[in-house]
Amino acid sequence: MASPDATLHGVESILDIKGLTKIYPDGLKALDDVDLEVRRGEIFALLGPNGAGKTTLIGAVCGMVRPTNGTIHAFGHDTARDWRSARAKIGLVPQELGFDIFETVQRSVAFSRGLFGCPPDPARLEEILRSLSLWDKRDSQIRHLSGGMKRRVLIAKALAHDPELLFLDEPTAGVDVELRRDMWRLIEELRDGGTTIILTTHYIDEAEEMADRVGVIQDGRLLLVEEKHALIARMGRVEALFRLASPLAAIPPELATYPLSLTEGGTRLCYRGSGREADGEVAALVQAMVGAGVLFTSLDIHESSLEDVFVDLMESAR
Amino acid sequence: MNFNARGAWAIYKSELSRAWRAFFQTILSPVLTTSLYFIVFGAAIGGRIEQAGGVPYGAFIIPGLLLLTLLTETTTNASFGIFMPRFTGSIYELLSAPVGVAETLIGFVGAAATKSLIISTIILATATLFVDYTIIHPLWAICFIVMTAAAFALFGFIIGVWAEGFERLQIIPLVVLTPLTFLGGTFYSIEMLAEPWRTVALFNPVVYLVNGLRWTFYGTSDVDIAVSAGLTGLFLALCTGIIAWIFRTGWKLRS
Ligand SMILES: Nc1ncnc2c1ncn2[C@@H]1O[C@H](COP(=O)(O)OP(=O)(O)O)[C@@H](O)[C@H]1O
Ligand SMILES: [Mg+2]
Repeated sequence: MASPDATLHGVESILDIKGLTKIYPDGLKALDDVDLEVRRGEIFALLGPNGAGKTTLIGAVCGMVRPTNGTIHAFGHDTARDWRSARAKIGLVPQELGFDIFETVQRSVAFSRGLFGCPPDPARLEEILRSLSLWDKRDSQIRHLSGGMKRRVLIAKALAHDPELLFLDEPTAGVDVELRRDMWRLIEELRDGGTTIILTTHYIDEAEEMADRVGVIQDGRLLLVEEKHALIARMGRVEALFRLASPLAAIPPELATYPLSLTEGGTRLCYRGSGREADGEVAALVQAMVGAGVLFTSLDIHESSLEDVFVDLMESAR
Repeated sequence: MNFNARGAWAIYKSELSRAWRAFFQTILSPVLTTSLYFIVFGAAIGGRIEQAGGVPYGAFIIPGLLLLTLLTETTTNASFGIFMPRFTGSIYELLSAPVGVAETLIGFVGAAATKSLIISTIILATATLFVDYTIIHPLWAICFIVMTAAAFALFGFIIGVWAEGFERLQIIPLVVLTPLTFLGGTFYSIEMLAEPWRTVALFNPVVYLVNGLRWTFYGTSDVDIAVSAGLTGLFLALCTGIIAWIFRTGWKLRS
Protein backbone atom coordinates (compact mmCIF):
# COMPACT_ATOMS: atom_id res chain seq x y z
CA MET A 1 0.00 0.00 0.00
CA ALA A 2 2.22 2.82 1.17
CA SER A 3 5.70 2.21 -0.15
CA PRO A 4 8.45 4.75 -0.81
CA ASP A 5 7.22 5.07 -4.37
CA ALA A 6 3.56 5.47 -3.49
CA THR A 7 2.15 8.05 -5.81
CA LEU A 8 -0.63 10.54 -5.71
CA HIS A 9 -1.64 11.92 -9.08
CA GLY A 10 1.81 11.02 -10.30
CA VAL A 11 3.49 12.89 -7.46
CA GLU A 12 5.25 10.96 -4.74
CA SER A 13 3.39 10.94 -1.46
CA ILE A 14 5.73 11.62 1.43
CA LEU A 15 3.25 11.36 4.27
CA ASP A 16 0.28 9.07 4.30
CA ILE A 17 -2.17 9.22 7.19
CA LYS A 18 -5.11 6.83 7.31
CA GLY A 19 -7.96 6.78 9.78
CA LEU A 20 -5.99 8.67 12.41
CA THR A 21 -7.93 9.07 15.65
CA LYS A 22 -6.66 10.41 18.94
CA ILE A 23 -8.70 10.26 22.11
CA TYR A 24 -6.88 11.78 25.09
CA PRO A 25 -7.13 9.97 28.44
CA ASP A 26 -9.71 12.52 29.60
CA GLY A 27 -11.97 11.30 26.79
CA LEU A 28 -11.48 14.25 24.47
CA LYS A 29 -11.44 13.28 20.81
CA ALA A 30 -8.74 15.54 19.39
CA LEU A 31 -8.52 13.77 16.03
CA ASP A 32 -11.41 12.00 14.39
CA ASP A 33 -10.65 9.56 11.57
CA VAL A 34 -8.26 11.80 9.67
CA ASP A 35 -7.03 10.77 6.21
CA LEU A 36 -4.31 12.88 4.65
CA GLU A 37 -1.66 12.52 1.99
CA VAL A 38 1.10 15.07 1.56
CA ARG A 39 3.18 15.16 -1.60
CA ARG A 40 6.90 15.51 -1.84
CA GLY A 41 8.05 19.08 -2.32
CA GLU A 42 4.81 20.86 -1.56
CA ILE A 43 3.93 23.39 1.09
CA PHE A 44 0.88 22.17 2.89
CA ALA A 45 -1.02 24.45 5.26
CA LEU A 46 -3.20 23.01 7.96
CA LEU A 47 -5.78 25.62 8.82
CA GLY A 48 -7.98 25.54 11.83
CA PRO A 49 -9.02 27.45 14.92
CA ASN A 50 -7.45 26.90 18.34
CA GLY A 51 -8.15 23.45 19.66
CA ALA A 52 -8.90 22.01 16.23
CA GLY A 53 -6.28 19.28 16.63
CA LYS A 54 -3.42 20.67 14.53
CA THR A 55 -0.72 20.21 17.18
CA THR A 56 -2.09 16.78 18.03
CA LEU A 57 -1.83 15.75 14.37
CA ILE A 58 1.79 16.89 14.21
CA GLY A 59 2.51 15.16 17.52
CA ALA A 60 1.11 11.90 16.21
CA VAL A 61 3.41 12.01 13.18
CA CYS A 62 6.50 13.14 15.08
CA GLY A 63 6.16 10.88 18.12
CA MET A 64 4.89 13.02 20.99
CA VAL A 65 1.35 11.70 20.74
CA ARG A 66 0.37 8.04 20.66
CA PRO A 67 -2.44 7.54 18.18
CA THR A 68 -5.55 5.79 19.45
CA ASN A 69 -6.25 4.43 16.00
CA GLY A 70 -5.06 4.63 12.44
CA THR A 71 -1.77 4.37 10.59
CA ILE A 72 0.87 6.87 9.61
CA HIS A 73 3.48 6.23 6.94
CA ALA A 74 6.27 8.72 6.41
CA PHE A 75 8.60 8.05 3.47
CA GLY A 76 6.91 4.68 3.30
CA HIS A 77 7.94 3.82 6.87
CA ASP A 78 5.24 2.95 9.38
CA THR A 79 5.86 5.49 12.17
CA ALA A 80 4.64 3.01 14.78
CA ARG A 81 7.10 0.28 13.83
CA ASP A 82 9.84 1.78 11.69
CA TRP A 83 9.96 5.02 13.64
CA ARG A 84 13.73 5.43 13.60
CA SER A 85 13.92 5.64 9.82
CA ALA A 86 10.88 7.89 9.65
CA ARG A 87 11.93 10.31 12.36
CA ALA A 88 15.48 10.71 11.03
CA LYS A 89 14.02 12.55 8.02
CA ILE A 90 11.50 14.69 9.87
CA GLY A 91 12.12 18.06 11.52
CA LEU A 92 9.80 19.89 13.89
CA VAL A 93 9.51 23.49 14.98
CA PRO A 94 7.11 23.28 17.91
CA GLN A 95 4.46 25.81 18.78
CA GLU A 96 5.84 26.47 22.26
CA LEU A 97 9.36 27.58 23.08
CA GLY A 98 11.23 24.89 24.98
CA PHE A 99 14.93 24.31 25.44
CA ASP A 100 17.77 24.22 27.91
CA ILE A 101 18.10 27.98 28.27
CA PHE A 102 21.58 27.78 29.79
CA GLU A 103 22.99 26.19 26.66
CA THR A 104 24.61 28.29 23.95
CA VAL A 105 22.97 28.64 20.55
CA GLN A 106 25.68 26.78 18.68
CA ARG A 107 25.87 23.90 21.11
CA SER A 108 22.13 23.55 21.23
CA VAL A 109 21.91 23.28 17.44
CA ALA A 110 24.88 20.91 17.30
CA PHE A 111 23.15 18.76 19.93
CA SER A 112 20.04 18.51 17.77
CA ARG A 113 22.11 17.36 14.81
CA GLY A 114 23.75 14.65 16.89
CA LEU A 115 20.46 13.56 18.42
CA PHE A 116 19.16 12.80 14.94
CA GLY A 117 22.20 10.67 14.22
CA CYS A 118 24.12 13.02 11.92
CA PRO A 119 27.89 13.50 12.15
CA PRO A 120 29.09 16.98 13.17
CA ASP A 121 29.31 19.41 10.25
CA PRO A 122 30.56 22.84 11.33
CA ALA A 123 30.20 24.31 7.83
CA ARG A 124 26.55 23.32 7.57
CA LEU A 125 25.96 24.55 11.12
CA GLU A 126 27.39 27.94 10.22
CA GLU A 127 25.22 28.08 7.11
CA ILE A 128 22.07 27.37 9.11
CA LEU A 129 22.94 29.90 11.81
CA ARG A 130 23.76 32.56 9.24
CA SER A 131 20.54 32.00 7.30
CA LEU A 132 18.64 32.69 10.51
CA SER A 133 20.78 35.68 11.55
CA LEU A 134 21.99 33.72 14.55
CA TRP A 135 25.67 33.54 13.71
CA ASP A 136 26.61 36.59 15.78
CA LYS A 137 24.74 35.10 18.73
CA ARG A 138 26.20 31.62 18.43
CA ASP A 139 28.03 31.77 21.75
CA SER A 140 25.22 33.43 23.70
CA GLN A 141 23.21 31.43 26.16
CA ILE A 142 19.69 31.01 24.88
CA ARG A 143 18.24 32.67 27.98
CA HIS A 144 19.89 35.95 26.91
CA LEU A 145 18.08 36.04 23.57
CA SER A 146 14.85 37.86 22.77
CA GLY A 147 11.67 35.90 22.09
CA GLY A 148 12.07 36.22 18.34
CA MET A 149 15.67 35.04 18.48
CA LYS A 150 14.66 32.07 20.61
CA ARG A 151 12.19 31.09 17.93
CA ARG A 152 14.97 31.28 15.35
CA VAL A 153 16.98 28.90 17.50
CA LEU A 154 14.07 26.45 17.46
CA ILE A 155 14.04 26.63 13.67
CA ALA A 156 17.80 26.14 13.49
CA LYS A 157 17.49 23.08 15.73
CA ALA A 158 14.79 21.65 13.51
CA LEU A 159 16.94 22.18 10.40
CA ALA A 160 20.12 20.85 11.99
CA HIS A 161 19.74 17.38 10.50
CA ASP A 162 18.53 18.63 7.10
CA PRO A 163 15.08 17.06 7.31
CA GLU A 164 13.22 16.20 4.13
CA LEU A 165 9.90 16.90 5.81
CA LEU A 166 9.58 19.92 8.05
CA PHE A 167 6.71 20.68 10.39
CA LEU A 168 6.18 24.27 11.45
CA ASP A 169 3.55 24.54 14.16
CA GLU A 170 2.21 28.09 14.14
CA PRO A 171 5.55 29.46 12.97
CA THR A 172 4.51 33.07 12.91
CA ALA A 173 2.17 33.27 15.88
CA GLY A 174 3.29 36.22 17.97
CA VAL A 175 6.50 36.96 16.05
CA ASP A 176 7.63 40.35 14.79
CA VAL A 177 7.34 41.49 11.19
CA GLU A 178 11.01 40.98 10.45
CA LEU A 179 11.05 37.39 11.61
CA ARG A 180 7.86 36.71 9.77
CA ARG A 181 9.43 37.97 6.55
CA ASP A 182 12.61 35.96 7.21
CA MET A 183 10.50 32.92 7.89
CA TRP A 184 8.68 33.20 4.59
CA ARG A 185 11.95 33.65 2.74
CA LEU A 186 13.38 30.63 4.51
CA ILE A 187 10.34 28.50 3.76
CA GLU A 188 10.64 29.40 0.09
CA GLU A 189 14.34 28.56 0.06
CA LEU A 190 13.67 25.24 1.74
CA ARG A 191 10.95 24.40 -0.72
CA ASP A 192 13.25 25.31 -3.61
CA GLY A 193 15.80 22.96 -2.06
CA GLY A 194 13.23 20.16 -2.16
CA THR A 195 12.04 20.14 1.45
CA THR A 196 8.40 19.31 1.99
CA ILE A 197 6.78 21.69 4.45
CA ILE A 198 3.68 21.25 6.56
CA LEU A 199 2.71 24.30 8.52
CA THR A 200 -0.20 25.08 10.75
CA THR A 201 -1.54 28.54 11.09
CA HIS A 202 -4.56 30.53 11.89
CA TYR A 203 -3.27 33.46 9.87
CA ILE A 204 -5.10 32.68 6.70
CA ASP A 205 -3.26 35.24 4.62
CA GLU A 206 -0.14 33.25 5.37
CA ALA A 207 -1.61 30.07 3.97
CA GLU A 208 -2.96 32.04 1.02
CA GLU A 209 0.46 33.49 0.31
CA MET A 210 2.58 30.41 0.73
CA ALA A 211 0.74 27.15 0.54
CA ASP A 212 0.23 24.93 -2.47
CA ARG A 213 -2.56 23.03 -0.78
CA VAL A 214 -4.58 23.63 2.32
CA GLY A 215 -6.38 21.33 4.70
CA VAL A 216 -9.09 22.71 6.90
CA ILE A 217 -9.50 21.07 10.27
CA GLN A 218 -12.06 21.64 12.97
CA ASP A 219 -12.91 19.68 16.09
CA GLY A 220 -10.50 16.97 15.03
CA ARG A 221 -12.11 16.41 11.66
CA LEU A 222 -10.36 17.25 8.43
CA LEU A 223 -13.14 19.05 6.61
CA LEU A 224 -11.39 19.23 3.27
CA VAL A 225 -8.03 19.13 1.57
CA GLU A 226 -7.67 21.00 -1.66
CA GLU A 227 -5.33 22.92 -3.85
CA LYS A 228 -5.46 26.51 -2.71
CA HIS A 229 -6.47 28.07 -6.03
CA ALA A 230 -9.04 25.38 -6.72
CA LEU A 231 -10.52 25.89 -3.29
CA ILE A 232 -10.91 29.61 -3.76
CA ALA A 233 -12.33 29.09 -7.22
CA ARG A 234 -14.80 26.48 -6.04
CA MET A 235 -15.84 27.99 -2.76
CA GLY A 236 -15.03 31.61 -3.41
CA ARG A 237 -17.60 34.26 -4.08
CA VAL A 238 -17.56 37.23 -6.37
CA GLU A 239 -19.46 40.32 -5.40
CA ALA A 240 -20.02 43.03 -7.97
CA LEU A 241 -21.68 46.28 -7.00
CA PHE A 242 -23.02 48.49 -9.77
CA ARG A 243 -23.81 52.15 -9.09
CA LEU A 244 -26.68 52.80 -11.48
CA ALA A 245 -26.98 55.92 -13.64
CA SER A 246 -30.71 56.11 -12.79
CA PRO A 247 -32.64 54.22 -10.11
CA LEU A 248 -34.61 51.11 -11.00
CA ALA A 249 -37.92 50.13 -9.47
CA ALA A 250 -37.41 46.42 -10.20
CA ILE A 251 -34.90 44.11 -11.80
CA PRO A 252 -35.64 43.97 -15.56
CA PRO A 253 -36.82 40.54 -16.79
CA GLU A 254 -33.77 40.27 -19.11
CA LEU A 255 -31.56 40.04 -16.00
CA ALA A 256 -33.79 37.70 -14.00
CA THR A 257 -31.48 34.70 -14.44
CA TYR A 258 -28.62 36.36 -12.55
CA PRO A 259 -28.27 36.37 -8.75
CA LEU A 260 -29.02 40.06 -8.32
CA SER A 261 -30.51 42.32 -5.72
CA LEU A 262 -31.43 46.00 -5.69
CA THR A 263 -30.39 48.13 -2.74
CA GLU A 264 -30.34 51.73 -1.56
CA GLY A 265 -33.60 52.75 -3.14
CA GLY A 266 -32.84 51.13 -6.45
CA THR A 267 -29.58 53.06 -7.01
CA ARG A 268 -27.32 50.03 -6.50
CA LEU A 269 -27.42 46.68 -8.19
CA CYS A 270 -25.58 43.93 -6.37
CA TYR A 271 -24.40 40.67 -7.92
CA ARG A 272 -23.42 37.74 -5.68
CA GLY A 273 -22.05 34.75 -7.50
CA SER A 274 -20.12 31.78 -6.33
CA GLY A 275 -17.91 29.11 -7.80
CA ARG A 276 -15.70 28.86 -10.79
CA GLU A 277 -18.02 30.56 -13.32
CA ALA A 278 -18.67 33.72 -11.32
CA ASP A 279 -15.97 35.79 -13.05
CA GLY A 280 -17.25 35.01 -16.50
CA GLU A 281 -20.79 35.53 -15.36
CA VAL A 282 -20.06 39.13 -14.35
CA ALA A 283 -18.82 39.82 -17.89
CA ALA A 284 -21.98 38.30 -19.35
CA LEU A 285 -24.08 40.30 -16.91
CA VAL A 286 -22.49 43.59 -18.02
CA GLN A 287 -23.38 42.80 -21.64
CA ALA A 288 -26.91 41.85 -20.67
CA MET A 289 -27.28 45.10 -18.73
CA VAL A 290 -26.16 47.15 -21.73
CA GLY A 291 -28.62 45.19 -23.85
CA ALA A 292 -31.41 45.93 -21.39
CA GLY A 293 -30.50 49.62 -21.30
CA VAL A 294 -29.42 49.57 -17.67
CA LEU A 295 -26.47 51.97 -17.42
CA PHE A 296 -24.05 52.26 -14.54
CA THR A 297 -21.51 54.87 -13.46
CA SER A 298 -19.15 52.67 -11.47
CA LEU A 299 -18.43 49.03 -10.77
CA ASP A 300 -16.78 47.53 -7.73
CA ILE A 301 -15.78 43.86 -7.83
CA HIS A 302 -14.66 41.95 -4.75
CA GLU A 303 -13.39 38.40 -4.92
CA SER A 304 -13.39 36.48 -1.71
CA SER A 305 -10.07 35.42 -0.23
CA LEU A 306 -9.13 32.15 1.40
CA GLU A 307 -10.17 33.81 4.62
CA ASP A 308 -13.76 34.23 3.43
CA VAL A 309 -13.77 30.63 2.26
CA PHE A 310 -12.43 29.51 5.58
CA VAL A 311 -14.97 31.45 7.61
CA ASP A 312 -17.76 30.05 5.45
CA LEU A 313 -16.49 26.53 5.94
CA MET A 314 -16.24 26.93 9.67
CA GLU A 315 -19.74 28.28 9.88
CA SER A 316 -21.28 25.59 7.74
CA ALA A 317 -19.51 22.90 9.76
CA ARG A 318 -21.04 24.02 13.03
CA MET B 1 18.99 2.68 11.10
CA ASN B 2 19.16 0.52 14.19
CA PHE B 3 21.03 1.88 17.16
CA ASN B 4 21.63 5.64 17.00
CA ALA B 5 25.07 5.87 18.59
CA ARG B 6 25.49 9.53 17.71
CA GLY B 7 22.19 10.31 19.38
CA ALA B 8 23.22 8.53 22.56
CA TRP B 9 26.56 10.32 22.50
CA ALA B 10 24.84 13.70 22.00
CA ILE B 11 22.69 13.16 25.10
CA TYR B 12 25.64 11.88 27.13
CA LYS B 13 27.82 14.82 26.17
CA SER B 14 25.16 17.43 26.81
CA GLU B 15 24.38 15.91 30.22
CA LEU B 16 28.03 16.02 31.23
CA SER B 17 28.33 19.58 30.02
CA ARG B 18 25.32 20.46 32.13
CA ALA B 19 27.14 19.03 35.14
CA TRP B 20 30.25 20.96 34.25
CA ARG B 21 28.22 24.16 34.04
CA ALA B 22 26.93 23.52 37.54
CA PHE B 23 30.35 22.36 38.72
CA PHE B 24 29.93 23.61 42.24
CA GLN B 25 26.55 22.02 42.74
CA THR B 26 27.15 18.65 41.11
CA ILE B 27 30.80 17.96 41.85
CA LEU B 28 32.23 20.26 44.47
CA SER B 29 29.39 20.41 46.96
CA PRO B 30 29.05 16.64 47.53
CA VAL B 31 32.83 16.35 47.89
CA LEU B 32 32.87 19.15 50.45
CA THR B 33 30.03 17.64 52.46
CA THR B 34 31.69 14.24 52.55
CA SER B 35 35.00 15.79 53.61
CA LEU B 36 33.21 17.39 56.55
CA TYR B 37 31.99 13.94 57.62
CA PHE B 38 35.54 12.64 57.44
CA ILE B 39 36.76 15.47 59.63
CA VAL B 40 33.97 15.27 62.19
CA PHE B 41 33.47 11.52 62.43
CA GLY B 42 36.76 10.18 61.21
CA ALA B 43 39.30 12.53 62.72
CA ALA B 44 37.48 14.02 65.74
CA ILE B 45 35.22 11.24 67.01
CA GLY B 46 37.24 8.43 65.47
CA GLY B 47 40.08 9.26 67.79
CA ARG B 48 37.94 8.12 70.72
CA ILE B 49 36.50 5.01 69.12
CA GLU B 50 39.15 2.41 68.68
CA GLN B 51 37.86 -0.03 66.15
CA ALA B 52 34.69 -1.06 64.39
CA GLY B 53 34.26 -4.28 62.42
CA GLY B 54 37.94 -4.95 62.81
CA VAL B 55 39.25 -1.73 61.21
CA PRO B 56 40.07 1.72 62.60
CA TYR B 57 36.87 3.78 62.90
CA GLY B 58 38.04 6.48 60.49
CA ALA B 59 38.53 3.88 57.78
CA PHE B 60 35.39 1.97 58.76
CA ILE B 61 33.06 4.82 57.81
CA ILE B 62 34.57 5.51 54.36
CA PRO B 63 32.52 2.98 52.33
CA GLY B 64 29.29 4.08 54.02
CA LEU B 65 29.98 7.76 53.47
CA LEU B 66 30.95 7.13 49.87
CA LEU B 67 27.72 5.23 49.40
CA LEU B 68 25.68 7.98 51.04
CA THR B 69 26.97 10.46 48.48
CA LEU B 70 26.79 7.96 45.66
CA LEU B 71 23.14 7.08 46.27
CA THR B 72 21.82 10.59 46.80
CA GLU B 73 23.89 12.32 44.11
CA THR B 74 23.32 9.70 41.43
CA THR B 75 19.59 9.64 42.07
CA THR B 76 19.32 13.43 42.09
CA ASN B 77 21.48 13.89 39.00
CA ALA B 78 19.69 11.31 36.94
CA SER B 79 16.26 12.54 37.98
CA PHE B 80 17.12 16.14 37.06
CA GLY B 81 18.52 14.98 33.74
CA ILE B 82 15.15 13.76 32.48
CA PHE B 83 12.96 16.05 34.58
CA MET B 84 14.44 19.29 33.21
CA PRO B 85 13.47 18.62 29.55
CA ARG B 86 9.98 17.73 30.74
CA PHE B 87 9.86 20.92 32.77
CA THR B 88 11.22 23.25 30.08
CA GLY B 89 9.36 21.59 27.22
CA SER B 90 12.49 20.59 25.33
CA ILE B 91 11.42 16.95 25.74
CA TYR B 92 9.65 17.30 22.36
CA GLU B 93 13.05 17.00 20.74
CA LEU B 94 13.90 13.72 22.47
CA LEU B 95 10.48 12.30 21.70
CA SER B 96 10.64 13.24 18.02
CA ALA B 97 14.23 12.11 17.52
CA PRO B 98 15.30 8.67 16.34
CA VAL B 99 16.38 7.67 19.85
CA GLY B 100 14.82 4.84 21.80
CA VAL B 101 15.16 3.40 25.26
CA ALA B 102 18.76 2.27 24.73
CA GLU B 103 20.06 5.64 23.51
CA THR B 104 18.14 7.51 26.19
CA LEU B 105 19.45 5.32 28.97
CA ILE B 106 23.03 5.31 27.74
CA GLY B 107 22.84 9.08 27.45
CA PHE B 108 21.09 10.06 30.68
CA VAL B 109 21.92 7.15 32.95
CA GLY B 110 25.43 6.83 31.59
CA ALA B 111 26.11 10.49 32.23
CA ALA B 112 24.68 10.36 35.75
CA ALA B 113 26.74 7.28 36.53
CA THR B 114 29.86 8.91 35.07
CA LYS B 115 29.37 11.96 37.29
CA SER B 116 29.04 9.65 40.29
CA LEU B 117 32.24 7.84 39.41
CA ILE B 118 34.07 11.15 39.16
CA ILE B 119 32.65 12.21 42.54
CA SER B 120 33.57 8.84 44.07
CA THR B 121 37.14 9.11 42.84
CA ILE B 122 37.52 12.59 44.27
CA ILE B 123 35.97 11.52 47.59
CA LEU B 124 38.26 8.50 47.92
CA ALA B 125 41.26 10.66 47.07
CA THR B 126 40.15 13.29 49.59
CA ALA B 127 39.68 10.60 52.25
CA THR B 128 43.38 9.73 52.11
CA LEU B 129 44.09 13.22 53.47
CA PHE B 130 42.23 12.41 56.69
CA VAL B 131 42.51 8.67 57.20
CA ASP B 132 44.87 5.83 56.40
CA TYR B 133 43.15 3.10 54.46
CA THR B 134 43.80 0.55 51.75
CA ILE B 135 41.27 -1.18 49.54
CA ILE B 136 41.92 -4.91 49.53
CA HIS B 137 39.67 -5.81 46.58
CA PRO B 138 40.00 -2.73 44.33
CA LEU B 139 38.53 -4.45 41.28
CA TRP B 140 35.48 -5.63 43.16
CA ALA B 141 35.19 -2.15 44.65
CA ILE B 142 35.09 -0.59 41.18
CA CYS B 143 32.56 -3.20 40.02
CA PHE B 144 30.40 -2.55 43.04
CA ILE B 145 30.54 1.24 42.68
CA VAL B 146 29.77 1.10 38.96
CA MET B 147 26.85 -1.26 39.50
CA THR B 148 25.43 0.84 42.33
CA ALA B 149 25.86 4.03 40.32
CA ALA B 150 24.10 2.47 37.33
CA ALA B 151 21.26 1.10 39.47
CA PHE B 152 20.58 4.40 41.20
CA ALA B 153 20.92 6.36 37.97
CA LEU B 154 18.13 4.17 36.59
CA PHE B 155 16.19 4.70 39.80
CA GLY B 156 16.70 8.48 39.49
CA PHE B 157 15.55 8.37 35.88
CA ILE B 158 12.28 6.77 37.01
CA ILE B 159 11.80 9.48 39.64
CA GLY B 160 12.51 12.16 37.03
CA VAL B 161 9.78 10.73 34.79
CA TRP B 162 7.36 10.31 37.68
CA ALA B 163 7.87 13.70 39.39
CA GLU B 164 5.46 16.50 38.59
CA GLY B 165 7.43 19.17 40.42
CA PHE B 166 10.72 19.95 42.11
CA GLU B 167 9.50 18.84 45.55
CA ARG B 168 8.79 15.31 44.43
CA LEU B 169 12.17 15.26 42.76
CA GLN B 170 13.97 15.94 46.02
CA ILE B 171 11.76 13.93 48.29
CA ILE B 172 13.10 10.42 47.63
CA PRO B 173 16.81 11.21 48.08
CA LEU B 174 16.04 13.34 51.14
CA VAL B 175 13.32 11.40 52.88
CA VAL B 176 14.15 7.84 51.86
CA LEU B 177 17.75 7.41 50.77
CA THR B 178 19.55 9.61 53.31
CA PRO B 179 17.81 8.16 56.40
CA LEU B 180 18.16 4.59 55.14
CA THR B 181 21.85 5.16 54.57
CA PHE B 182 22.37 6.77 57.97
CA LEU B 183 20.53 3.88 59.60
CA GLY B 184 22.15 1.38 57.28
CA GLY B 185 25.36 0.91 59.21
CA THR B 186 27.33 3.76 57.72
CA PHE B 187 28.61 4.91 61.11
CA TYR B 188 28.40 1.64 63.01
CA SER B 189 28.54 -2.08 62.52
CA ILE B 190 25.07 -3.57 62.96
CA GLU B 191 26.78 -6.09 65.23
CA MET B 192 26.88 -3.19 67.73
CA LEU B 193 23.08 -2.94 67.76
CA ALA B 194 20.95 -4.63 70.42
CA GLU B 195 17.93 -6.71 69.46
CA PRO B 196 15.34 -6.02 68.12
CA TRP B 197 17.13 -3.24 66.21
CA ARG B 198 19.65 -5.61 64.76
CA THR B 199 16.90 -7.63 63.09
CA VAL B 200 15.05 -4.48 62.04
CA ALA B 201 18.23 -3.20 60.42
CA LEU B 202 18.39 -6.33 58.26
CA PHE B 203 15.22 -5.15 56.51
CA ASN B 204 16.98 -2.00 55.38
CA PRO B 205 18.27 -2.73 51.85
CA VAL B 206 20.99 -0.11 52.17
CA VAL B 207 22.60 -2.24 54.91
CA TYR B 208 23.48 -4.76 52.21
CA LEU B 209 24.91 -2.08 49.95
CA VAL B 210 27.06 -0.57 52.69
CA ASN B 211 28.30 -3.96 53.78
CA GLY B 212 28.94 -5.06 50.25
CA LEU B 213 31.12 -2.06 49.61
CA ARG B 214 32.79 -2.41 52.99
CA TRP B 215 33.69 -5.99 52.15
CA THR B 216 35.42 -4.88 48.93
CA PHE B 217 37.38 -2.36 51.01
CA TYR B 218 38.35 -4.36 54.09
CA GLY B 219 37.15 -7.93 53.58
CA THR B 220 34.70 -7.73 56.51
CA SER B 221 30.95 -7.62 56.37
CA ASP B 222 27.99 -7.92 58.74
CA VAL B 223 25.94 -9.76 56.15
CA ASP B 224 26.47 -12.35 53.45
CA ILE B 225 28.26 -10.63 50.59
CA ALA B 226 26.46 -12.78 48.01
CA VAL B 227 23.16 -11.37 49.26
CA SER B 228 24.57 -7.86 48.78
CA ALA B 229 25.60 -8.55 45.21
CA GLY B 230 22.31 -10.32 44.50
CA LEU B 231 20.21 -7.45 45.86
CA THR B 232 22.12 -4.87 43.86
CA GLY B 233 21.65 -6.94 40.72
CA LEU B 234 17.96 -7.38 41.50
CA PHE B 235 17.46 -3.65 42.00
CA LEU B 236 19.26 -2.99 38.72
CA ALA B 237 17.02 -5.45 36.92
CA LEU B 238 13.87 -4.05 38.54
CA CYS B 239 14.68 -0.48 37.51
CA THR B 240 15.54 -1.57 33.98
CA GLY B 241 12.23 -3.39 33.77
CA ILE B 242 10.27 -0.36 34.95
CA ILE B 243 12.02 1.88 32.43
CA ALA B 244 11.38 -0.56 29.61
CA TRP B 245 7.71 -0.42 30.60
CA ILE B 246 7.80 3.41 30.67
CA PHE B 247 9.11 3.49 27.13
CA ARG B 248 6.70 0.88 25.88
CA THR B 249 3.66 2.66 27.24
CA GLY B 250 4.96 6.23 26.95
CA TRP B 251 3.92 6.78 30.57
CA LYS B 252 4.20 10.49 31.47
CA LEU B 253 6.37 11.07 28.41
CA ARG B 254 4.04 10.74 25.43
CA SER B 255 0.44 11.88 25.59
N1 LIG C 1 -2.22 16.31 26.46
C1 LIG C 1 -3.53 16.57 26.29
N2 LIG C 1 -4.45 16.01 27.11
C2 LIG C 1 -5.75 16.25 26.95
N3 LIG C 1 -6.26 17.04 25.99
C3 LIG C 1 -5.41 17.64 25.14
C4 LIG C 1 -4.00 17.44 25.25
N4 LIG C 1 -3.40 18.15 24.28
C5 LIG C 1 -4.38 18.77 23.60
N5 LIG C 1 -5.59 18.48 24.11
C6 LIG C 1 -6.89 18.94 23.61
O1 LIG C 1 -7.04 18.45 22.30
C7 LIG C 1 -7.65 19.41 21.47
C8 LIG C 1 -6.76 19.71 20.30
O2 LIG C 1 -5.62 20.39 20.75
P1 LIG C 1 -4.45 20.83 19.79
O3 LIG C 1 -4.05 19.67 18.97
O4 LIG C 1 -3.40 21.46 20.62
O5 LIG C 1 -5.17 21.91 18.87
P2 LIG C 1 -4.56 23.08 17.96
O6 LIG C 1 -3.10 22.84 17.84
O7 LIG C 1 -5.28 22.97 16.68
O8 LIG C 1 -4.85 24.36 18.66
C9 LIG C 1 -7.91 20.63 22.36
O9 LIG C 1 -9.24 20.58 22.79
C10 LIG C 1 -6.96 20.44 23.50
O10 LIG C 1 -7.47 21.02 24.67
MG1 LIG D 1 -1.57 24.07 18.31
